[in-house]
Amino acid sequence: MTSNTVSASTVEPGGAPSGFEADKGPDSVGAAVRGYVDKIRGGDLGALPAVLGIVVLTVLFYALRPETFLTPLNLTNLLVQAAPITLLAMGLVFVLLLGDIDLSAGVVSGVCAAVSAQLLAEQGVSWWVAILAALITGLVIGLVTGTLVGLIGIPSFVVTLALFLGLQGVTLRIIGQGGTVPIREPVIRGLTNEYVPVTGGWILAAVVVLLYAALQLNRWRVQRARGLASAPLGIVIARIAVIAVVTVVITAILSADRALSAAVELKGIPYAIPVVVVLLLVLTFVAGRTTFGRHVYAVGGNSEAARRAGINVTRIRILVFGLSSTMAAVSGLVAAARLSSVTPGSGGGNTLLYAVGAAVIGGTSLFGGRGRVRDAVLGGLVIAIIANGLGLLQVSAYLNFIITGGVLLLAATVDALARRRAAAAPR
Amino acid sequence: MSVPQPQDGTPILELRGVDKHFGAIQVLHGVDLKVYPGQVTALVGDNGAGKSTLIKSIAGIHPIDGGQLLFEGKPVTVTGPRDSAALGIEVVYQDLALADNLDVVQNMFLGRERTKGILLDEASMEQAARDTLAKLSVRTLKSVRQLVSSLSGGQRQTVAIAKAVLWESKVVILDEPTAALGVAQTRQVLDLVRRLADTGHAVVFISHNMVDVFEVSDRIAALYLGRMAADVPISEVDRTRVVELITTGRSGDLGIEPAAVAEVGA
Repeated sequence: MTSNTVSASTVEPGGAPSGFEADKGPDSVGAAVRGYVDKIRGGDLGALPAVLGIVVLTVLFYALRPETFLTPLNLTNLLVQAAPITLLAMGLVFVLLLGDIDLSAGVVSGVCAAVSAQLLAEQGVSWWVAILAALITGLVIGLVTGTLVGLIGIPSFVVTLALFLGLQGVTLRIIGQGGTVPIREPVIRGLTNEYVPVTGGWILAAVVVLLYAALQLNRWRVQRARGLASAPLGIVIARIAVIAVVTVVITAILSADRALSAAVELKGIPYAIPVVVVLLLVLTFVAGRTTFGRHVYAVGGNSEAARRAGINVTRIRILVFGLSSTMAAVSGLVAAARLSSVTPGSGGGNTLLYAVGAAVIGGTSLFGGRGRVRDAVLGGLVIAIIANGLGLLQVSAYLNFIITGGVLLLAATVDALARRRAAAAPR
Repeated sequence: MSVPQPQDGTPILELRGVDKHFGAIQVLHGVDLKVYPGQVTALVGDNGAGKSTLIKSIAGIHPIDGGQLLFEGKPVTVTGPRDSAALGIEVVYQDLALADNLDVVQNMFLGRERTKGILLDEASMEQAARDTLAKLSVRTLKSVRQLVSSLSGGQRQTVAIAKAVLWESKVVILDEPTAALGVAQTRQVLDLVRRLADTGHAVVFISHNMVDVFEVSDRIAALYLGRMAADVPISEVDRTRVVELITTGRSGDLGIEPAAVAEVGA
């Protein structure tokens, strides 16, 4: 064979003749932006709907309630409101990545909170024992769910629906009919009712921004040095700038005095926020930079391909449900701190709907294989803004349910349409 | 077009009298096959002739019931996909088994990711994927960080083949790699098949398309109802004879003994 036929014949119709030219292209922000637009057109909307949602809803509620919505007090409430939803959704993102669903996640958060509240109230254990007990309860429930789904092969929808019912009974048994277990333990209560000192808050914010910037720039440097695919420097810097601005704005809002009376001072970041940020970083790292995370995406994208590649699909499933239910436990603890109590209804009602909604609105696909941990944060904010704003508007409870359900359906519709569009995209 | 190879060299992979049955149905009857490094061996046969069963036996998905498998002249036992992979046998299946939501590099290293501590070593994986694609003179990919979902059928086939090559495989088995492709993409894949052999791999190429077979192959092995009708250099046969071998199991002095044909046909 002559080299002539090779070069002549390997040209893709309509394609370019050289290899990997997109990886070695000029450092052009314009090209990167065009690439992003193409991606959106191709059906991969990424974080766009959630970011638009946050902006539109903020403007809407500010217009309707200018005197209350954008106050530091309300924004702090809003973030604390978003925390348990986000934490629950973070775990669900992994389950959704597999193409599975966990309908019991909300109820698991209730059981775990009940275990910990009861241990505190009856046994008088110290806070870390109570937290550990909640986490272990979550982990065990998740591993059992994962085993039933992965090893026995029952559809996750059915397993978790059964647990959704069954575990409500467990919470009822632990708490007792009609009872409410108050949480007086200062550390757990402090998750949402105590605040990081203002200076400490700013130091945390600086650490987060610098860490992010260092990781991004270092990655870019390594990619450039080795001639690998990399985003243009302008885009990398823009990403860092966005993170820096968001972090500074949120820290500034939370550092303002939000007390209603001038006599007291109320400022600082509620401890639940750093918990969310740390878990966001850790889980993002797990999903994107570890073999486990890679295999989760692979199983969600094509489980047969994953199996043939030697990935233990069952093990991945069991671990993912374990992770998800452990995150449910964290969420349950923060929710319990926020209400300073656990009731038999904790984790029931719209808890799960909110969390699934958060993940899907954030951009995680219900069909598996597509999603990021940050989706839980963005979507969680959208859900919290809706819940908070409707609260301020004092709409009736029935409308609240209908609107939130409608938003979830809308997000799922966008997801399904995006998937169809991606499938129909020209190859 | 092909690189001349000594026909008397040791085959890297040899099957001797391989039998395989599923329950009462015998699918392979004493199949012999020789696969040489640096050569493309076309495996042809009508639907149901046992081509897929044969490659699945080599791959360890359906371990053989009788006969011998020799790798580099030594008898080996293959009881699972991991055994064949350990020997350096890679199979590229018709349905490709790529994860659409992952990029080219991620797919090529799927299940065998390189790590630094607990971190994925993306830089080294991307580098190795690039080197492999460059070695195969693949020029059709815009970016190795492209999602597989955005690739054409031919490009997917290319990625699947490159994935097999990445693992220092010695034998690459391709199950109808051109079946669903258009003209230009078939061209790309055939070029790649040829380059695989030219880089020293032993290639087994399953196809129904005689034009493709005669274009890239050095040897041709024809299966007829679970028996090997012929395993000969391509120069010894022409298209008509191959079609005859596929449809009747016999062509002139080549093929299964008439008695055996009658027995099988009965």
